Amino acid sequence: MGSRKLLLEKAHVPGIRGYDVYRREGGYRSVEKALKTMSPDQVTEEVKKSGLRGRGGAGFPTGMKWSFLAKPEGVPRYLVCNADESEPGTFKDRYLMEFLPHLLIEGLIVSSFALGSKSTYIYIRGEYAWIPDILEQAIAEAKNNGWLGKNILGTGFDCEIYVHRGAGAYICGEETALIESLEGKRGNPRIKPPFPAVKGVWDCPTVVNNVETLAAVVPIINEGGEAYSKIGVGKSTGTKLLSACGNINKPGVYEIDMTISVEEFIFSDEYCGGIPNGKRLKACIPGGSSVPILPANLLLKTAKGETRIMNYESLSDGGFAKGSMMGSGGFIVLDEDQCVVRNTLTLARFYRHESCGQCSPCREGTGWMEKILKNIEYGKGKSSDIDLLWDIQRKIEGNTICPLGDAAAWPVAAAIRHFRDEFEWHVANPIASQNRNFGLAHYADPLEVVPA
Amino acid sequence: MIKFSDEKLKKVDEIVARYPQGKQKSALLPVLHLAQEEFGGWLSTEAMDYVASLLKLEPIEVYEVATFYSMYNLKPVGRYMFEVCQTGPCMLRGSDQIIDYIKQKLNIGIGETTPDGLFTLKTVECLGACGYAPMMQLGKHFREHLTPEKVDAIIEECRRNTAANN
Amino acid sequence: MADEKKLFKVTIDNITIEVEPGTSILQAARKIGGDVAPPAMCYYTKLKGSGGKCRTCLVEVASGSTADPRPMPKLVASCRTNVMDGMVVKNITSEKVIDARNGVVEMLLINHPLDCPICDQAGECHLQDLSYEHGKEGTRYEFERRTFKKHDLGPYIQLHMTRCILCYRCVFTADQLTEKRVHGVLDRGDHSEIATYIEKSLENDFIGNIIDVCPVGALTDKTFRFKNRVWFLNPVDAHRDCSHPKCSGKVTLWYRGEEVFRVTARKDQWGEVEDWICNECRFEKKATADWTIEGPTKVNRHSVISQGHYVGVVRPQEALYDVMGGRAPRLLMDIHDVSEVNRPEIDLSKLERPAHSTDFESNGADRPTK
Repeated sequence: MGSRKLLLEKAHVPGIRGYDVYRREGGYRSVEKALKTMSPDQVTEEVKKSGLRGRGGAGFPTGMKWSFLAKPEGVPRYLVCNADESEPGTFKDRYLMEFLPHLLIEGLIVSSFALGSKSTYIYIRGEYAWIPDILEQAIAEAKNNGWLGKNILGTGFDCEIYVHRGAGAYICGEETALIESLEGKRGNPRIKPPFPAVKGVWDCPTVVNNVETLAAVVPIINEGGEAYSKIGVGKSTGTKLLSACGNINKPGVYEIDMTISVEEFIFSDEYCGGIPNGKRLKACIPGGSSVPILPANLLLKTAKGETRIMNYESLSDGGFAKGSMMGSGGFIVLDEDQCVVRNTLTLARFYRHESCGQCSPCREGTGWMEKILKNIEYGKGKSSDIDLLWDIQRKIEGNTICPLGDAAAWPVAAAIRHFRDEFEWHVANPIASQNRNFGLAHYADPLEVVPA
Repeated sequence: MIKFSDEKLKKVDEIVARYPQGKQKSALLPVLHLAQEEFGGWLSTEAMDYVASLLKLEPIEVYEVATFYSMYNLKPVGRYMFEVCQTGPCMLRGSDQIIDYIKQKLNIGIGETTPDGLFTLKTVECLGACGYAPMMQLGKHFREHLTPEKVDAIIEECRRNTAANN
Repeated sequence: MADEKKLFKVTIDNITIEVEPGTSILQAARKIGGDVAPPAMCYYTKLKGSGGKCRTCLVEVASGSTADPRPMPKLVASCRTNVMDGMVVKNITSEKVIDARNGVVEMLLINHPLDCPICDQAGECHLQDLSYEHGKEGTRYEFERRTFKKHDLGPYIQLHMTRCILCYRCVFTADQLTEKRVHGVLDRGDHSEIATYIEKSLENDFIGNIIDVCPVGALTDKTFRFKNRVWFLNPVDAHRDCSHPKCSGKVTLWYRGEEVFRVTARKDQWGEVEDWICNECRFEKKATADWTIEGPTKVNRHSVISQGHYVGVVRPQEALYDVMGGRAPRLLMDIHDVSEVNRPEIDLSKLERPAHSTDFESNGADRPTK
């Protein structure tokens, strides 16, 4: 049985991208309900009750974030939708915006009402160049039908939504860099405090939320926070969009209710459909490129020998030593023919390319790691390089202004932690490593269960 | 002297109006996109200075921003720019081979433009199409699930478009 | 108001002091002084918005405040984190801090050219001090170091981008002291650079201050370039009645003998400018007659500049005779036979100031050695 769908339920209804079909299918009910029967604080309360956690990667409780928003008299407040989806492996927000633009607009209107934002901005990554047209059309349709503009539904609430296109910078997914970029500046993250909830865009209180988070507000208001919180398990409530990619038969965007196992997600026909060409599973990065990579044996079962489930708690079971993270839901699968060193190199290159250059550990350390990994990958590595890499990532992690430093350090750390022998093999076999890969080795062998 | 058409100037006003009064600097990224489209696919110093004057900014503020973001081209590029993703998920699905194929097919290296000025090959980092890898950006759109045959077809298509427009 | 302002108690490396609310950890630590004050490469008290970038001033907050005594999960930039009442901070008493700072120093150095022997900043370079005090010997970096294309900033200021650590101080200075900024940070990541994009000279009459705020030798004074070593110079405080309304006219003149080699703003013990000066005072007024002399500048005795005062230098014991078993070495050539520069009758240790060429002139030996 498939899991419950709250966001993508109507994704395949023909014409759902247009207003008429969307409305006919029950769209904009949550706006009616919120604006006509609830106060802004009640909306926030429902979101709190729902247990919704930020879907951008950090997983911070959304209702709590909203309640931190400062509300000084006479100062405008802003809601900014973070559509700067750039974490390698992640393409779920793109799917939502491309196929269900009205769902996002609906979520934005309700959320803007809750937060008191009269001008709401969608900051979208520049490379998604065709999506602003889709969103702007949806905004125009919503406005024509009275869901946006002045005095919406006669409630006195005014709201406009604008699309702001970025221009190619992963760092702008970090909320303060996004704010800087929205102000027309370089995407240098700000030093916190002050937090955006107090001093955000144009120095006004600001909430920045991910696309999927804001879309999830729609079912929360429609069904009630309590009902939403009953879907899923523990603190992983509701449904989560996952974008699956890499070596699988059915890459794409899936909605899950966070109760299915990782194994089912990879191998069932409803989701990824297994690995092509009969290859075996070697490793997986379950939550976007910055979360720790896990070998097959630690991915499918936790160190305690329990089945790993696709949710926040279970994926992080075992901490960084034996677990990973749900992250942004970018699910990257590596089959037995893949080289972990090469994969790590491409990610290190990515983070070096995307470092804003503001603070020294990240600016210098990301480039250094890339150079060493390049040496190892191309048969010029030394055995001391592996320890050096470990030490560099350690000196970046936690010491930078924004989480990009951590995001750059973690993939390197996890690759060495779990695949050290593959790195050593590269160093010891500089010629052979240019012609073939290390292969599956023991990475899928059942692990000895350490009793808790 | 370069200048936006009246229609584009209207668009600039429209963009500036999205932001609070006095915050016209916020319009910088979108207006630079407009300038790049309008003035030949790249941003010359003249184009950036023009944008600075439109938005009442110091030129250095524009240079700082234009050089930060990877989508602004600060040198002339070919009419068709193949921006091929090479990050992890695309690499797992063979982006390296696609890049090699394009190099060999167009006989250019990364960052180079064909002598006829038609094609530029650029490698880029993750574009958010990991499930449809390997892929590249061509103008406004993504070309996904690339194979050598598909690359051939895209090159053909570009050549046909050029012939039709000339 | 009769009420006394409530002060915050903060403990840094086991030393407790009281500071006004709104004080940063760094400023509180500077009040205690000595080694407790974290190094700061990008923060600058007078420049709004500066700090947070270099990460050398990271400290551990072992307890956030009396009200919320939980420790902070990560090290924090002390320059941009304000103290709370009852906060407990560990700087040099934290192994984590020392380790992290070590890492930051290494990162700052991997792409630095280490061209101190030909760098005008040597001797007053904060990166030199930082590496000496917090760095490790040797480097683990085995790749080619980053270099940049040369970029001309006009007649007064030399830019050596390869030495830059991207502290952004010069950008803040231009923003806050001049009406029009023409240089900035271009590009991003490890190839970010300070530049004007198209070559432009920096011409504002206050722009010379970017030389003083630069912690390294990235921005140096062209009128002083390669003229002398700072440790050969004698700094003297002086002032003049500058007609520029914003210029304090309070400077330090750097003498060698009678000659003023350069003029800078006066700096406090943390190396920060006390009062900004204009370009005219800095670049055009290099005669003693232009200035009213106040007296020698106080120089920290740890600074290499203080080495220019030769008073009290003890001649090291001659070991050669011992090594040669009491025999005197055979002199193949006495340098004094061929050179008039080194004159054995002139005892430099008797000079209370750096030696100057005039000391070696014919009557040099007879000059009073006060």
